[in-house]
Amino acid sequence: MKTFKIGGVHPEENKLSAGSPIREAQLPKQAVFSMFQHIGAPANPVVKKGDEVKVGTLLGEAGGFVSAPVYSSVSGKVSKVDVALDASGLRRMAVTVDVEGDEWEESIDRSETLVKLADRPELDGKTIVDKIKSAGIVGMGGATFPTHVKLCPPPGKVAECVIVNAVECEPYLTADHRLMLEHPEEILVGLQLVMKAVGVTKGYIGIENNKPDAIKLMTEKAAQYPKIEVVPLKVKYPQGGEKQLIDAVIGRQVPAPPALPIDTGAIVQNVGTCFAIYEAVMKNKPLIDRIITVTGKSLMQPSNLKARLGTPFSQLIDECGGLPEDTGKVIGGGPMMGKALLGLEVPMTKGSSGLLIMRQDEAKRAETEPCIRCAKCVSACPMGLEPYLLAKVSELRDWDAAEHEDIPSCIECGSCQFTCPSHRPLLDYIRLGKSTVMGIIRARSAK
Amino acid sequence: MNKLIVSLSPHVHGKDSVRKNMYGVCIALLPAMLASFWFFGLGAAVVMLTSVVACVFFEWFISRFIMGRQRLTILDGSAVLTGILLAFNLPSNLPIWIIVLGALFAIGVGKMTFGGLGQNIFNPALAGRVFLLISFPVQMTSWPVPGQLTAYTDAVTAATPLGGGEIPAATDLLFGQMGGSLGEVSALALLIGCAFMLWRKIITWHIPVSILGTVAVASGLLWLANPEQYMDPLTSLLTGGLVLGACYMATDYVTSPMSHKGQLIYGVSIGLLTVIIRNWGAYPEGMSFAIIIMNAFTPLINNYCKPTRFGEVRKEAAK
Repeated sequence: MKTFKIGGVHPEENKLSAGSPIREAQLPKQAVFSMFQHIGAPANPVVKKGDEVKVGTLLGEAGGFVSAPVYSSVSGKVSKVDVALDASGLRRMAVTVDVEGDEWEESIDRSETLVKLADRPELDGKTIVDKIKSAGIVGMGGATFPTHVKLCPPPGKVAECVIVNAVECEPYLTADHRLMLEHPEEILVGLQLVMKAVGVTKGYIGIENNKPDAIKLMTEKAAQYPKIEVVPLKVKYPQGGEKQLIDAVIGRQVPAPPALPIDTGAIVQNVGTCFAIYEAVMKNKPLIDRIITVTGKSLMQPSNLKARLGTPFSQLIDECGGLPEDTGKVIGGGPMMGKALLGLEVPMTKGSSGLLIMRQDEAKRAETEPCIRCAKCVSACPMGLEPYLLAKVSELRDWDAAEHEDIPSCIECGSCQFTCPSHRPLLDYIRLGKSTVMGIIRARSAK
Repeated sequence: MNKLIVSLSPHVHGKDSVRKNMYGVCIALLPAMLASFWFFGLGAAVVMLTSVVACVFFEWFISRFIMGRQRLTILDGSAVLTGILLAFNLPSNLPIWIIVLGALFAIGVGKMTFGGLGQNIFNPALAGRVFLLISFPVQMTSWPVPGQLTAYTDAVTAATPLGGGEIPAATDLLFGQMGGSLGEVSALALLIGCAFMLWRKIITWHIPVSILGTVAVASGLLWLANPEQYMDPLTSLLTGGLVLGACYMATDYVTSPMSHKGQLIYGVSIGLLTVIIRNWGAYPEGMSFAIIIMNAFTPLINNYCKPTRFGEVRKEAAK
């Protein structure tokens, strides 16, 4: 079975919510829409206090090419356009809407009927990309890179295939898994739209082998489209990393930065993104909701919720049985790459793939011991780096050495720290070194 | 509500620990330890016990009273492991005071002077053994004949096969029916332990395979060139602590290279040096010196042998 070639680890999967069908979360009483739900320039608010909005009304327009607009996911009245605490722990510009009723913009098609690509022969690549851009779609695996940017390769680069990232290699998370089981047709149409948008004829769907039901179903449904191939992959973290996935599926490795994934001819899109693309292009629905896995070993009811963007995390936890007594840490995303939250009154955003509640006994790090130079971090690193060395030179603030040892190539997957017998905070130091070195490189090239 | 804990990712850990690895190696050494008790009886037990107790004591004493560290490090298993490995490198009739001296050198000079666990350049147990070998050459090279179960310092001795003694049959070498240090006698028991370490992913195959492979090839070539003068490759592999060194001493985390490429270079070099020292050096057994010499080269190897970076393969192919 295929997988990526260098490194990798296999954390306990803990997919507690895999058997729990997607259910609709309740409407929040108040929704908060951050203007920073994507990588790139923030969106600029276009509404003011007191404005009436519906589901699908534009709240913020894209602040540049690498940016994305933000739409309201609820109907009601704008009560605030001001900074608010978001999941990153920063106070940033956001639009707050007090919810009244559930009125949708009439342009949105709310029917369940499947629209296939063959039903809309007039669609061309440019129309599709424009639609994706104006719907505010970003990478929904968690990276939140604006999707339309990825679909416009820089001059001289040619796309050869599209790979759907259905790996979901993060432990606990099951949102993508459930989406494939419940909306396989829509995902396939979404993939075809992406293929048409970039003008390629080959599409792959990479699914890890711990989801045999999804592999079976997607393979059955994809049989009607000869150019789409489902590729089962051996379970290994971080296979959902873009570079690892391309390596696993088509056996090509993205060269070191500044090379881009497109240099291998592959364009990678997450399953959730494909579904959102389907809804945007075929149903005229901007990105206003998503599937989020709310899970944890002490949580009463680990679930997959279809929730409106802007809903506070605290409400989602209440819908799954409430915050357990023994909660020690709450993580936005998965346990390997997610961010620990400062508080629960922050809104879910386009990139919120999961909400993980960890018990107190799971939440604390073990005591650090001396590095015994066992080289397990070197074996685990999927980028072929030497984490022990990068952490050491970062700790010593030797930025030249850090750059020489290719610290910018680190994808911050955490495999090194996960595997370290001495429980050393390797990635903490590597992050410090990486961001400093990247800053130095930017300053140098700006001269 | 309680305050939430905030830290950077990853938020889960693979539950591996220093202790698991150290005690894992100790478990892997059990078959060979039992074999040594079987062949050398009381003497082996006395040597083993003295060495382990002395190593743990010196680690505790030095870290507590000389380095002034509050944290107890003797439970991490590394001192116990050094003690076992040192004992494995000693003959079973060695007097207690010499063993204690060896343990003091291994832990005190070999490990703690550099700063303790993870900091030492040379394998502590080997440093101790080499120190004793140079200081007490007579006692260190007179091996009791196996089977004297109640004897200790009064055991009857014979020369090592590599030192000009009679060479036993290969099956005796495999099962341990020969004179030698505690841990080097039963190659089979050592290999079983090595398989355990590979299965538990405590070590990777690179170092043991490259050492054993190199010795087999190099000594095989010499033997083919002149069977009269040189030993056959199978005997070379099964004597002189080669398996012990290749699987347990050279694979010491702290003193071996970090990248797989580096580990292969290290292993091949140890193999070649062993064959060279055995055949043309002053000492009949080259393994200890070969490993110690390559320990010294480990930082240099780490500097030049980088793991293959992601994307590197393709870049080369494109050129």
